[in-house]
Amino acid sequence: MGRNSLIAALAAGLALLGLTSAASARTTQAEFRPVPGGFSFETPIFGRFDQGSLQRGYKVYDEVCSACHSMNLVYYRNLCQQNGPFFDPKHPNPNDAPICKAIASSKKVPDIDPDTGDVVQRAATPADAFRNPYPNKAAAAAGNGGAAPPDLSVMARAREEGPVYIYNLLTGYVPAPAGLTVPPGKYYNPWMPGDVGSYWAGAKDKVPEGGFLAMPFQLTPNRVSFDDGTPGTTQQMAKDVATFLAWTAEPKQTERKEAGLAVMIYLILLSGVLYVSYRRIWKNVAH
Amino acid sequence: MSAHPSTYEPKTGIERWLDARLPIVRFAADYLDLPTPKNLNYWYTFGAILSVMLVVQIVTGVILAMHYVPNGDMAFNSVEHIMRDVNYGWLIRYIHANGASMFFLAVYIHIARGMYYGSYKAPREVLWLLGCIIYLLMMATAFMGYVLPWGQMSFAGAVVITNLFSAFDQVIPGLGTAITTWLWGGFAVGGATLNRFFSLHYLLPFMIAGVTVLHLWALHVPNSTNPTGVEVKSKEDTIPFHPYYTVKDGFAIMAFFVVFAWFVFFAPEALGHVDNQVPANPLVTPAHIVPEWYFLPFYAILRSVPQKLFGVLAMFGAIAMLFALPWLDTSKVRSMRYRPTARWFFILFIFATIGLGWCGGKEPDDMVITLGHTANNDPTGFSVTWLSRILGIYYYAYFGILFFLGIYEKPLPVPASISTPVLGGSAMPAGSVAQAEKKG
Repeated sequence: MGRNSLIAALAAGLALLGLTSAASARTTQAEFRPVPGGFSFETPIFGRFDQGSLQRGYKVYDEVCSACHSMNLVYYRNLCQQNGPFFDPKHPNPNDAPICKAIASSKKVPDIDPDTGDVVQRAATPADAFRNPYPNKAAAAAGNGGAAPPDLSVMARAREEGPVYIYNLLTGYVPAPAGLTVPPGKYYNPWMPGDVGSYWAGAKDKVPEGGFLAMPFQLTPNRVSFDDGTPGTTQQMAKDVATFLAWTAEPKQTERKEAGLAVMIYLILLSGVLYVSYRRIWKNVAH
Repeated sequence: MSAHPSTYEPKTGIERWLDARLPIVRFAADYLDLPTPKNLNYWYTFGAILSVMLVVQIVTGVILAMHYVPNGDMAFNSVEHIMRDVNYGWLIRYIHANGASMFFLAVYIHIARGMYYGSYKAPREVLWLLGCIIYLLMMATAFMGYVLPWGQMSFAGAVVITNLFSAFDQVIPGLGTAITTWLWGGFAVGGATLNRFFSLHYLLPFMIAGVTVLHLWALHVPNSTNPTGVEVKSKEDTIPFHPYYTVKDGFAIMAFFVVFAWFVFFAPEALGHVDNQVPANPLVTPAHIVPEWYFLPFYAILRSVPQKLFGVLAMFGAIAMLFALPWLDTSKVRSMRYRPTARWFFILFIFATIGLGWCGGKEPDDMVITLGHTANNDPTGFSVTWLSRILGIYYYAYFGILFFLGIYEKPLPVPASISTPVLGGSAMPAGSVAQAEKKG
């Protein structure tokens, strides 16, 4: 407690310094490239998730991302719920959906044996959260050069233009420009928000945009072979996983937009009725 | 409660029985029957919109509190649980989160309307002061509510705002530290802070509701102002609140709800900050700490003063000026419709406040007008900090200008009564009013 509060107090002090003194570090990030074809869910009213893309995106997460990144807020049952990647109208209860039962049972999650109290690994059920690749945060950090891979559950809402950012980052690994010293265990990416000024030997006004991250390039072509025959290009995998992460960040997005349309029509009609009533009631008032 | 005589007559035996014991039906009937100036425009509908927003916030908030866990380790996930697993939890939370913004949008319009039409002048000073108290309570409630999801911006906001009080160390050494320790419930922002903020966030809205009752009471004694600023002279000037203003307010509320619903359903996080989707981490400070949009003008004033204590005083002073407004404005003319000079200063004041809000959202070293670059390619020129200083000085100066304008300004002729301008022409603008005056 004592140490934690000291650290917190220091952080508080730093926050205040940042508030009152001129910030010298400048975080930069390259301008986003457009996602080819755009995202089907982009438009605020009628945009919907493409179920095929969600399924492919889950496969990318499952076969690539999940080796290091947890998704603590997402449960196997979510995959089969309304508007989810594997929703099947024949199985409206996601806990009973065969696909989710099969996906879950292929994963091992830690549990306590109720008879012995031992830690055991058992097959997951649809009610379990996605398997965490590491037993705890310290192990996650230790396995990745000191930086624990962030949880991806709400990543698409936790960055500006989340899905577009994810697409740009995953497809954006470029060789570090000459003059930029990349620290060991780190990788340069123009779309990673950061400040590489202190690693830059060139002109002070030509500091490259972007930053370093501990994750190397992952989506090498054909790393994931899609079941629907879609070619596994880097761009396709990045777009699909960004779609999947947009869904995990807000699984109720489709419900929201559908309800919104009905609510808007209702409110506009009611406003119209009230306006007409207002004009009628006030007809004889000189005002 | 109200100044006008009661017109309610109990018709049934039960009503007579109740009326002799608790005249609650009489109260409601008199309220609906209240003679109200007949020339209130749409700017006057925001009072009703605000009452509805308060109810919306309390109802959704009570439901959210059934599912929310005020614990440093669980708060963030409990909010996500509401969004994912609670039936229509996403809807309730988006209404509550965007409702706060809509509440402030409405209250700013309501305050600006009061300032333009001189609603703070005698005999409505107490009404105005109660409104200022509601506004202060709203700010405290909104701030503590923003802390509850316990994201990065929640945490940073709590750190920055509570640390403002440490400036009092510069007055009495140790005083500021004692206040912050007391606010935090520890030596840093942590779980104890979150828990007490939750408690207060649940309490304050009911205090707002209580002060709102006083605000309405204080309204019904002198009754509403109106765009002419002329008090009601005869029955000709008024119409019953119901049905005339129930239907007008009803329409305005629904139109306001269309805007509200747009945010809730189609842009629910447009007014938030992405950093708040990252769980609070005391070891990582967000690169760019910004409060919610409705605090940005005050945040800009705070940052524009280089010395911390004076920055804090300047920020709180900006709100304190509102409390003093009834005694700072010396003009006898209530409505700015008849104050040709003051009107321009008022419009400038609105622009200055919006400009301050824009500054608050930028980094202090950002340039408004870039004139050159340093060796490190940092831009130089006219910075956001300097713009905030100029706008902040005008914000304060406005109140002084009102003081002197009241003495030197030559107002336009004011109509004899609310009904007079109607006789002179169909439109309301100042020009037609002056004509009505000439015609006698």
